[in-house]
Amino acid sequence: MAILTEEKKEQIDKIIEKYDINDGALLMLLKEVQELFDNSLPVDVLDYIGHKLERPLSQLYGVSTFYSMFSNKPRGKYIIRICESPPCHLMGSDSIIDCVKRELGIDVGETTKDGKFTLETSSCLGICAVAPAMMINDQMYGNLTPDKIKQILSSMH
Amino acid sequence: MEKVTITIDGQKVEVPAGTRVLDAAAIAGIKIPTLCAYSALDYYPGACRVCIVQVEGMRGLQASCALPVRDGMVISTRSKEVIEARKTVIELLLSSGVHDCNTCPRNNNCELQTLAEMYNIRTNPYGNALVNKREKGKDDAGPALVRDYDRCILCGRCVQTCAVVQTVNAIDFADRGYKAHISAAGFPNIVDSYCINCGQCILACPVGALYEKEDVDNVIDAINDPEKIVVVQTAPATRISLGEELDMPYGSIVTGKMVAALRRLGFKYVFDTDFSADLTIIEEGHELIHRIQNGGTLPMITSCSPGWIRFCETFYPDLLDHLSTCKSPQQMMGAVIKAYWAKKVGIDPSKIVSVSIMPCTAKKYECQRPEMRSSGYQDVDYVLTTRELGRWIRQAGIDFSKLPEEHYDDPLGESSGAGVIFGATGGVMEAALRTVYEVILNKPLPKIEFESVRGEQGVREAVIDLDGKEVKVAIAHGLGNARKLLDKIRAGECDYTFIEIMTCPGGCLGGGGQPIPTNTEIRAKRTEAIYRADEGLPIRKSHENPSIKKIYEDYFEKPLSEKSHHLLHTHYTPRPVIVPNDN
Repeated sequence: MAILTEEKKEQIDKIIEKYDINDGALLMLLKEVQELFDNSLPVDVLDYIGHKLERPLSQLYGVSTFYSMFSNKPRGKYIIRICESPPCHLMGSDSIIDCVKRELGIDVGETTKDGKFTLETSSCLGICAVAPAMMINDQMYGNLTPDKIKQILSSMH
Repeated sequence: MEKVTITIDGQKVEVPAGTRVLDAAAIAGIKIPTLCAYSALDYYPGACRVCIVQVEGMRGLQASCALPVRDGMVISTRSKEVIEARKTVIELLLSSGVHDCNTCPRNNNCELQTLAEMYNIRTNPYGNALVNKREKGKDDAGPALVRDYDRCILCGRCVQTCAVVQTVNAIDFADRGYKAHISAAGFPNIVDSYCINCGQCILACPVGALYEKEDVDNVIDAINDPEKIVVVQTAPATRISLGEELDMPYGSIVTGKMVAALRRLGFKYVFDTDFSADLTIIEEGHELIHRIQNGGTLPMITSCSPGWIRFCETFYPDLLDHLSTCKSPQQMMGAVIKAYWAKKVGIDPSKIVSVSIMPCTAKKYECQRPEMRSSGYQDVDYVLTTRELGRWIRQAGIDFSKLPEEHYDDPLGESSGAGVIFGATGGVMEAALRTVYEVILNKPLPKIEFESVRGEQGVREAVIDLDGKEVKVAIAHGLGNARKLLDKIRAGECDYTFIEIMTCPGGCLGGGGQPIPTNTEIRAKRTEAIYRADEGLPIRKSHENPSIKKIYEDYFEKPLSEKSHHLLHTHYTPRPVIVPNDN
């Protein structure tokens, strides 16, 4: 569990300085802060950012719950986002989801006990030519099959 | 201003360019329904979709609140297609929540219910299809507000009010799609959040998703308990608004009838918060004089409004020394009843149940604060809003119009016009000036009314001439306006001596516990009534109230005495919001 220590506060302050304070940069700023806290934005962290930016906590909480790239609960080191759009669906994304669930022993929205993987679904990733597709953190993967999934996951262990 | 001509339902009308179709229709005498637009706050989100209209040459139906007029626009607000679509929208809104009118506090005063009736909604084709995916249930953990997620239609008026009027920003939209809901920044209970309990969100809500924590049943239980002696006090702003709950015109002054009704409901003694407003003026006036003469912290800021107190403790804790240490009139009365009056009449204070009728939801929070026990008991036990009292009078079958005008009980029922005007923005300032002038200069005021501190403007300034010595004062109502003054103090750019801050627009007469609707026009009528009530009273200065003189002779000895410090003054502490780490 990541706690808002003085050290973390300093790290957040640096990120805030980097982005200057304007609305356009808020998402980038939150995304970077999230990496300090198990891929999540705990509400006390949002409150700290809110005081620094002079923005209400309610607004930051609203942003953090609106965008699926954010979470208020801790997530794994690797966030697997499997595309659920129609092209991927037609190309068998269901079986891909099932395979990941089986391999990791978690359901969609859950995190493995070792804190390594979180499974999520996503809307279109924009690489329909290689459907079914998924994203792990910032890396894209296409033409997925259950075998390929096993291979990718084991390379990350 | 540039004008454009448009045609609405066959009628040509000229309106300023940029007017929204919703407002343009109103100019033409056509009322388009809406559940989200809130013109007082310039809020036109296009969220509820009830205001849809047909515009020639445009595809589909348009949300008229979000659509500016263009020259030559031809609009239909009541074609068959529009009416059918509106019906569907209303049906979908009904299906998106649990709209069980019979068990809703807004039954008979609900904008959605009114539309359902108006549009002949006779079936509920979509059931409760959309309810289950949302945040569910109620947040009723706090002493003041209840939020019912199941009734919320996500219009956003409460969010807008909290952000724009009060700049508190306790709430905002959270999540998305079917899961979208109004969240107090993730706090399950809004009482733990940045909320200051002002209840302005309740006045903004078109449905029954927001309402006060109801205490009428607790009070009835106390009245039915033969061991208890139940007493009541009534705030200045309730006498000019309670009539609205009982089918009387806006601005009716119902002081005597309210007293009569409270006796019939079973209260043994009916006291007037105006008395303790007078007491506040004596204490606060002398505190101001003391600060001026002894180099105390200035500007001094009034402390009658508990939403404002909580706001200051949470957002401006560095300015707490500016607050007058005087308790609010409600809490002064509470302490006086159980500590002074009980002894005087020989009643065991542990048997007293002290109730107050307030235009306010924050008062429910205030009476439960741990500091508010100077009598050794909770000084005020229950607070009922104007709305709750109105409902109770109707429930009791009391024909309000036929009630005689009765008088408050002495000695805590005698009051001056200065006490009455506490209910309007600028009133505490004016009441204080009436007393401070005469006490400092020891001569009568040339004119009782201080017109310069009255008015609707959010922030007002006045310079008061105290026999050649000029004193600069300021008044703010609505915390967004208060913030402007507070930021000036923080920046050291402020030469005011005395500031009045009221949480709610218009002052208490626009409080979160007042009858619904409360809007600019209605507030103006209540304001006029408050000043009319002041003019009608024989005594109009707090220090001339004989019962006030007597309580000082009998008990307090003099203003700011040790006894008055014990019962009538309080202290404040920074109250930051604690966000738990619940990972």
